[in-house]
Amino acid sequence: MPTERPLTGNMRADGEALDRDAYERAGGYRALHKALQSMTPEAVTDEVKASNLRGRGGAGFPTGLKWTFIPTKAPHPRYLVANADEMEPGTFKDRLLLEGDPHQLIEGMALAGYATGTDVAYIFLRGEYKLAARRIEKAIAEAYRAGYLGQDILGSGYSLEFYLHVSAGRYMCGEETGMLNALEGKRANPRAKPPFPPVSGLFGKPTTINNVETLCNVPHIINNGAAWFRSLSRSKDGGTKLYGASGKVKRPGIWELAMGTTIREILEEHAGGMRDGVRFRGLLPGGASTDFLVEQHLDVAMDFTEVQKAGSRLGTGTMIVLDDQTCPVGMVSNLEHFFAQESCGWCTPCWSGLGWVERILKAMEEGYGQPGDLDKLAFQTRFWALGHTFCALAPGAAEPLQSALKYFRADFERHIDEKRCPWK
Amino acid sequence: MLLPEERTEIEAEFPHYPNRKAICIDAMKIVQKHRGWVSDEALHDVGELLGMSDADLDGIATFYNLIFRRPVGRHVIYLCDSVSCWIMGADQQCRHASEQLGIQPGETTADGCFTLLPIVCLGACDHAPVMMIDDDMHLDLTPEKIDQILGGYK
Repeated sequence: MPTERPLTGNMRADGEALDRDAYERAGGYRALHKALQSMTPEAVTDEVKASNLRGRGGAGFPTGLKWTFIPTKAPHPRYLVANADEMEPGTFKDRLLLEGDPHQLIEGMALAGYATGTDVAYIFLRGEYKLAARRIEKAIAEAYRAGYLGQDILGSGYSLEFYLHVSAGRYMCGEETGMLNALEGKRANPRAKPPFPPVSGLFGKPTTINNVETLCNVPHIINNGAAWFRSLSRSKDGGTKLYGASGKVKRPGIWELAMGTTIREILEEHAGGMRDGVRFRGLLPGGASTDFLVEQHLDVAMDFTEVQKAGSRLGTGTMIVLDDQTCPVGMVSNLEHFFAQESCGWCTPCWSGLGWVERILKAMEEGYGQPGDLDKLAFQTRFWALGHTFCALAPGAAEPLQSALKYFRADFERHIDEKRCPWK
Repeated sequence: MLLPEERTEIEAEFPHYPNRKAICIDAMKIVQKHRGWVSDEALHDVGELLGMSDADLDGIATFYNLIFRRPVGRHVIYLCDSVSCWIMGADQQCRHASEQLGIQPGETTADGCFTLLPIVCLGACDHAPVMMIDDDMHLDLTPEKIDQILGGYK
């Protein structure tokens, strides 16, 4: 039986966005009617909790639980921010949802807003997603005209103001407290936690932040129920997942599949296996800041628990494939260059350590690797651990490096011994 | 002096945020949309409107890579240099674009037509290597395709 595809099944084949009429014809805004007319905010949260929906931005935090962190008596205005700052290298899933079905996100946010008593919602969109920006603006205007946003939504007494914020670059904006600073018109440095955003977030007010894919699931959960949502999945984490593959596979792409689909199925059945003439060596399962997995992990189910057991993270679920014609040291060097460039400079392990590692790797690629470099690299990955920094940028940067040192150590050693890159 | 349309567009953002300072990134982007970049004078004018010092605003402007504090060409080429595009040969595409334009990444052609900039992952990894010129994405790049695309801009 083919998997149900609630998130993408209604999208148009020509890649155009569903407008409000088309979205409604496909069942859109029914969940908002249902929630506002027959459910309390607590009941909406309870349904999402029971669905086992976990955050699709990378960390996998249970969504319903996150919503309960807004204290019932918390002051107003309260804010909701959709994290549409998709900047994790190798990740291209939220773009599909934003461009293909912007009303699905708007409805999900209206429901999340209702559940958390939110007064003002923002979509925080990365600056490069120009097509998505135009489509979201149009959809917001359509939703306001239809009475799905604004004052006294559908006569329920609930009001939600809704804006699009288009960002101006920098990976740090995707870190939730960096994002709040960016929305306040500041540099996107992270904040010390506590206080956490539900207590003191945007402009010092209670704030909920969810990823785009997470929010897009909410209307379907409210329409069809938590049990249905759990039944879509092959694992304990509910629902479907947008999985992707890039690199030298036959058919790079993005697919909505049951949560818990194995790496092998995604790679072989959906991505068509490796291109002719290249062999599989490893992959980053969910973006640049996840640990490499290799051949022995191909039957791992792509859900939060199983990928963690295998020593990595599901992350964004969009895998980047390394082949035998591509230098693993070069790949890690590219990744660490990214992290070094995108460090905001707030914490010492990050601004100091990432630049150092970037230079060591660059030198190694050019034939100037030194004995002892691998120890220095390994030390840095420990130096960047969670708890040493305000945010997860440096800990994320450690993941591909520490796992590359484990699985591709001989390739690093060859660079140092032969004083050149064997792939060049 | 801010242009009347810049002022109108910036003021249209006021109701979206509880204070004026929060608008500063949008405001600088609006100015850049009209002038291509944010000059010292424009920065100062935005600061006057929002009640911010030049230094405060510049500290924010220079954090964000999509705000330009130097003039750029009529068209800005953003060539992805992140991991999926790198695996698919982004380095070669960058060298090719660089040679064709006669400039290094970060530079502007002498005729003021193009500025070439590296950019982080553009979120189209299934079509790597990719680039964006102004608002438009260009996918599955090859040297021939780059020549053809660049030929379409004046």
